[in-house]
Amino acid sequence: MRRVLLVGSPNVGKSVVFTRLTGVYVIASNYPGTTVEFTKGCMRVGDEQADVVDVPGTYSLEPSCAAEEVAVRMLDEMKGDDVVVNVIDATKLERGLNLALQVLSRRKPTVVALNFWDETKHTGITIDAPKLEAMLGVPCVPLVAVTGTGLKDLVGKIACARSSEQVFDDGRRWDEIGRIISAVQRVSHRHHTFWERLGDASVRPFPGLLVAAAVLFTAFAVVRFTGEGLIAYVFDPGFEGLWRPLMMRLSAILGSTGFLHQILVGDLVNGGVSFRESMGLLTTGLYVPFAMVMPYVFAFYLVVSFIEDTGYLPRLAVLLDGFMHRVGLHGMGVIPILLGFGCNVPGALATRIMETRRERFIAMTLIAVCTPCMAKTSMIVGLAGRYGASALVPIFLALFAAWLVIGFLLGRFLKGQSPEILVDIPPYRMPYLRHLAKKLGMRMLWFLREAVPWVLAGVLLVNILYSTGAIHLAGQAASPVIKGLLGLPENAVAALVVGFLRKDVAIGMLAPLDLDLRQTVVGCAVLAMFFPCVAMFAVMLRELGWRDTVRSTGIMVGAALAAGSILNLVLRVAGG
Amino acid sequence: MMHTVSLVEMEVGRECVVWQFAGGFGFTRRIQAMGIRLGTKLVKVSGSRFGGPVIVRAGNVQLALGHGMASKIAVQFETNAEGGRDA
Repeated sequence: MRRVLLVGSPNVGKSVVFTRLTGVYVIASNYPGTTVEFTKGCMRVGDEQADVVDVPGTYSLEPSCAAEEVAVRMLDEMKGDDVVVNVIDATKLERGLNLALQVLSRRKPTVVALNFWDETKHTGITIDAPKLEAMLGVPCVPLVAVTGTGLKDLVGKIACARSSEQVFDDGRRWDEIGRIISAVQRVSHRHHTFWERLGDASVRPFPGLLVAAAVLFTAFAVVRFTGEGLIAYVFDPGFEGLWRPLMMRLSAILGSTGFLHQILVGDLVNGGVSFRESMGLLTTGLYVPFAMVMPYVFAFYLVVSFIEDTGYLPRLAVLLDGFMHRVGLHGMGVIPILLGFGCNVPGALATRIMETRRERFIAMTLIAVCTPCMAKTSMIVGLAGRYGASALVPIFLALFAAWLVIGFLLGRFLKGQSPEILVDIPPYRMPYLRHLAKKLGMRMLWFLREAVPWVLAGVLLVNILYSTGAIHLAGQAASPVIKGLLGLPENAVAALVVGFLRKDVAIGMLAPLDLDLRQTVVGCAVLAMFFPCVAMFAVMLRELGWRDTVRSTGIMVGAALAAGSILNLVLRVAGG
Repeated sequence: MMHTVSLVEMEVGRECVVWQFAGGFGFTRRIQAMGIRLGTKLVKVSGSRFGGPVIVRAGNVQLALGHGMASKIAVQFETNAEGGRDA
C-alpha cells in the first residue's frame, strides 16, 4: 500500500495532522530494534487507501539519537509512490527549512505543510507561500491543524505530490536557507504579548518556583475536588441506588452461599453486600475500578492533559533541572514521573524522552517504587482516610523519602553521567477543548481496557487463594516477615500476592482485616512500594530487559521492606 | 564597545550575537538544527544561577540548555562607553 510519512521537528503538530488525516487517535506500536514509538493509520488519497505514518520528531536527518535514526531509516525505506508530508512550524521557518532542504534533497514526492499558520499573524510574521513553493519546487500548504483549516488543500496536494527539481548545495545549506527566508518572510516589529511575558516569568527561578508551587497545588486541589465530587455525587449513589438492589437479588437467587455466589457476589457482611469488602467479581470487582479509582483517574487526566496542552511542562522541567540532577536525571525527567502519578505504565513509556539507558533505569525505578499511581492513591485515601492525616501523612511522606533516598543513591552510585538538558520551550497555548476532550476520552478508555480485566483477575485470584487455603500456608511461611518485621496480620500476605496483579485490589483487601492505624500505614506503604503490578512489570521487561528489571525489582522489595519495618518501629514507639 | 563572553556569563535581558561554539561537531550540529547558529541574535531570558539551565530566545525559538552547553557558546554584545561594563 502507498504510504504517507509525516516528518518534522518535534512539537510542530505532526500528531495533530496525523489525527486529522486518519481519524485515528493512537495506535502505538514498538518499532523493531528501537524503543522509539511510531504511529500508523490510514487515509484516502484520491481513490485509494494509503497508510499514514507519524514518524518520530527530528530536527535533522543527520541522526544524533535513536528517534532521529528511526526517522532517517523510514525515509530510506520509502518506495516509489510513497509521499513525505514535511510538517513545519511556520513561526520557526529557519529551523523548518533546515530539515525541509534535507528531506527535499532525497528526491521523494513531498508536500510541505506550514502549520501554526494562524500564529504567524499574531507573531508579526508574513510568509509568501506561493513564492516559497516556487523556490522549494514542491507544494507548500498553509495549515492550522488543530482547527482543520487548510486540511482539504493538504489532502489534495498529497494526491499529486512530486519530488522537487530544485538543486540545493548541501554544504552551504544555511546560506540557501538564508536566501529563501529573506525572499519569502517579512517580520514586523511587535511588542511582547502577555503570554510571552508570562512565559519568561515562569522559567525564572523567581517567580517561577512560586508559579510552579501554585500550579501544582491548584492541580492537586482540582484533582481532589473533582475525584471526591464524582464519587460522592455520581458513583457512590449510582452503586448504592441502582447496583446494590440488583446484587441483593442475585445473592438471593444464588441462595446466599455456594461457590458461584462466592465468586460473583462474595462474602456477605452483616447479611448484606459490602462493595468494599465482599470481594465478589460483580461487587468489589466492579466497585473498585469504577467507583473508587476511575473518578480520580479521570480527574487526574483532566488536569494533566490541560497542563500538557498549555506548554507548561517543559518550563517545570527547566525549573526543577538542578534538583533533578541530584537524583541522576535532568529536568525532563519530571514529565514521565508526573505521568506516573496517573498510571505507572504511560510514565514508564514516557521515559523514552530521556537520552540514556541509565536515566531511563533511574526514572523507571523511581516511578515503580515510589510514584503512587492514581489507582493506589485513591485506594490509600479510601482505606486510610478514616484515620485522616495521621495515616495519610506518614504514608506519603514515606514514599517521598524513599523517592529521595533511592534517587540520590542511584544518581550517586550508578555508573555514567546524566546528560544536560537541551529542550525546546514551546510558546504557551490555550488548550483546544475538542482535542482535550478527545485525549481525555482516549486515556480513560485506555485505563478501563488496561485496568478492569486485571482488577477482575485480581478479585478472582483472591477467591481462589482463600477457598483453596493456599493463603493460610503462604501466611504461615511468610509470618516472620509479615508479622515480625512489618507487624501485620498473617492474612495480609494475600494482599501482597494479589498486589502483583493490581495494587488497588490489594490495598482494598486490607479493608476487611480490621487494621489499626499503625498497620494501615505500614500496609499501605509496603503495598505501594513492594512490587510493580503486572502491567508495569511487562513494560519494564520490554523497555529495560530482564536484568535491569530484576535489579529494579530488587530495589523495590528492599525499599518496601525497609520502609515498612522503619514505619512499624517508629509508629510503635510513637504510639507507645 | 564589543564584549565577548560565554552564554553563562551573559547578562539577562540584553541582546547578543552568537560568536563561537567551543563544543564538538555533534554538539554544534545539534544546537544549529535547533535554531542557534553563528550570527544568530539572542536574548538570554533566564540565568544560570546555581548551575541551572540557561534559557535563550532567538526569534520565535526558545531553548533551555544546560550550564555546560551554555558555557561552550561564546556570544558578543555591544555597549556604549558610559553604559558599558567590563567583559
